[in-house]
Amino acid sequence: MTAAAADPVPAKNGPTVRTTGVAKRIDVADLNIYYGAFLAVKDVTMRIQPNKVTALIGSSGCGKSTFLRSLNRMHELIPGASVEGSVLLDGRDIYSPSMDPVSVRRQIGMVFQSPNPFPTMSVYDNTAAGLKLNSKRMKRDQMDAIVEKALRGAHLWDEVKDRLDKPGSGLSGGQQQRLCIARATAVEPDVLLMDEPCSALDPIATLAIEDLIEELKQKFTIVIVTHNMQQAARASDITGFFNIGQSGDPGILIELDETDKIFSNPAHKETEDYVSGRFG
Amino acid sequence: MKQTSPTASVPGEPAKPGTHGVGDRIFSGLAIGSGVFILALLAGVAIFLLIEAWPAITASSDEIPGGDGLVSYIAPLAFGTVLAATLAIILAVPMAVAVALFISHFAPRRVADTLSYLVDLLAAIPSIIYGLWGIAVLGPALVPLTEWLADNLGFIPFFEGPASTTGRTMLVAGVVLAVMILPIVSAVAREVFTQTPRGLQESALALGATRWEMIRMVVLPFGKSAVVAGSMLGLGRALGETMAVTIILSVSGGVTFNLISSDNPSTIAANIALDFPESSGLDINVLIASGLVLFAITLAVNMLARAVIERQKLDES
Ligand SMILES: Nc1ncnc2c1ncn2[C@@H]1O[C@H](COP(=O)(O)OP(=O)(O)OP(=O)(O)O)[C@@H](O)[C@H]1O
Ligand SMILES: [Mg+2]
Repeated sequence: MTAAAADPVPAKNGPTVRTTGVAKRIDVADLNIYYGAFLAVKDVTMRIQPNKVTALIGSSGCGKSTFLRSLNRMHELIPGASVEGSVLLDGRDIYSPSMDPVSVRRQIGMVFQSPNPFPTMSVYDNTAAGLKLNSKRMKRDQMDAIVEKALRGAHLWDEVKDRLDKPGSGLSGGQQQRLCIARATAVEPDVLLMDEPCSALDPIATLAIEDLIEELKQKFTIVIVTHNMQQAARASDITGFFNIGQSGDPGILIELDETDKIFSNPAHKETEDYVSGRFG
Repeated sequence: MKQTSPTASVPGEPAKPGTHGVGDRIFSGLAIGSGVFILALLAGVAIFLLIEAWPAITASSDEIPGGDGLVSYIAPLAFGTVLAATLAIILAVPMAVAVALFISHFAPRRVADTLSYLVDLLAAIPSIIYGLWGIAVLGPALVPLTEWLADNLGFIPFFEGPASTTGRTMLVAGVVLAVMILPIVSAVAREVFTQTPRGLQESALALGATRWEMIRMVVLPFGKSAVVAGSMLGLGRALGETMAVTIILSVSGGVTFNLISSDNPSTIAANIALDFPESSGLDINVLIASGLVLFAITLAVNMLARAVIERQKLDES
């Protein structure tokens, strides 16, 4: 689609044949996100560009996770939770009544804060978990190939290729998180959402995941929530800054721009205060 | 082992090492004491049964009721006991898991609360009431079904017939036992299903799983060993259940898999309840010997359950 053309960086990505999982653009318009009657995030309008890493930063409780989870309809799983406004995935509203939330989540994958491989499944089965869903039948060798590709893509293959049949929970924290990334990417989503994926990891494992993110954006649109300014500066192309007035007020998107600009010359004073550490 | 997050140990503890030690010692003393007490109790029961059963075990076979020896006397009872309990488990466990899943993952909050309260109430009904209900309501109500089964599925040994006209059958006993153990099995299952880590459930959903796929992927594996444990608890109760079975079952004594006729093997517990008041002398020892067998069966079931659960834990870690 327009994805590859619009993005000058990964030109080599163009001719790759991919039936599913073409990085897609997300257009959020006037999004209000509620927990019951409580307005948690107010009036967000933003474009998330394909094949770019968009980082979301902001102080704790300003609604980054809430916003992220509204992008693949995970938010509505919380009793009483609701949204208003629209989220268009390449022009199609994921909240339109004809959209099945299950297929939305299949196209927009998610990696969570704490590494959580399925404890009863092996490394292999964890990676293949999404492939076996929706009563898809797949030949064993085809699945083997996808599992290997996903694990290689997550920079995990060499570490686990000899113990694919061992439980995924037996890996180290960093390995588990990469396993979760492999699990999420094996189904070839169009967009990958990551909510503080490195917060449980040491600096080395964190750098490994950042490298990985840099590579993953060739294939996916990536949105990552992080508390780590260096990480946002290093790993992202675009940065969005969320803030909140007082507690009880809704979070709002203050500013969204090229990462360089946000960190060197932001348009808003609040953003500058936050990125330079002079915040609250 | 499971998904518990590593919490930091409580700081500021070592203020008073003396009291700390005393508390620890009291606690460990209590723990060891109650452990030993329970073992002693178990051993005491076993020894009592063994001593009281001994005259029957050593008696010559023509002294035993029936005249064919102790084994021939107890075997049909043990068979009836296991048959009724197995039937109950087969009927109750799928139902209990379904109810537990409905409560934990499908029903809206208020419905779920009401329903789990109602299911818990089932456990509070005395077994004599279940017996009365079985013989007065359920039995007659199932007669048309059993007749149909005998006519159409009679080639299956379980439904060989002829169908009882009163409904005092093994099938009805099994159904009543199933209803009786449903609350305990579903309570255990519900408890553990609701404890399935949220992160795992969300991960499955975020992969594009439907709710049912998520349950199969995460919730059921997580709850499997608890369901086994709950089922064993239920099985233990079904094996020992006396009143309901005593009232419902019309007994002839033979060994048969036929679930719908009026000729049924009795169960150990029901047989003791029926015969004990009129027994004297060696007959009492014989009944106690059958009690010893029931004790052994229950113990074996529980040990098996432990083994299954341990095996699963090993598989997971
Ligand atoms: N399940 C929930 N029910 C009700 N309110 C919630 C729920 N989850 C979050 N909130 C509220 O929504 C607001 C935004 O929370 P959110 O978790 O999105 O913040 P965040 O920016 O991700 O914070 P952090 O950086 O600490 O992760 C907070 O006021 C929070 O209390
Ligand atoms: Mg958060």
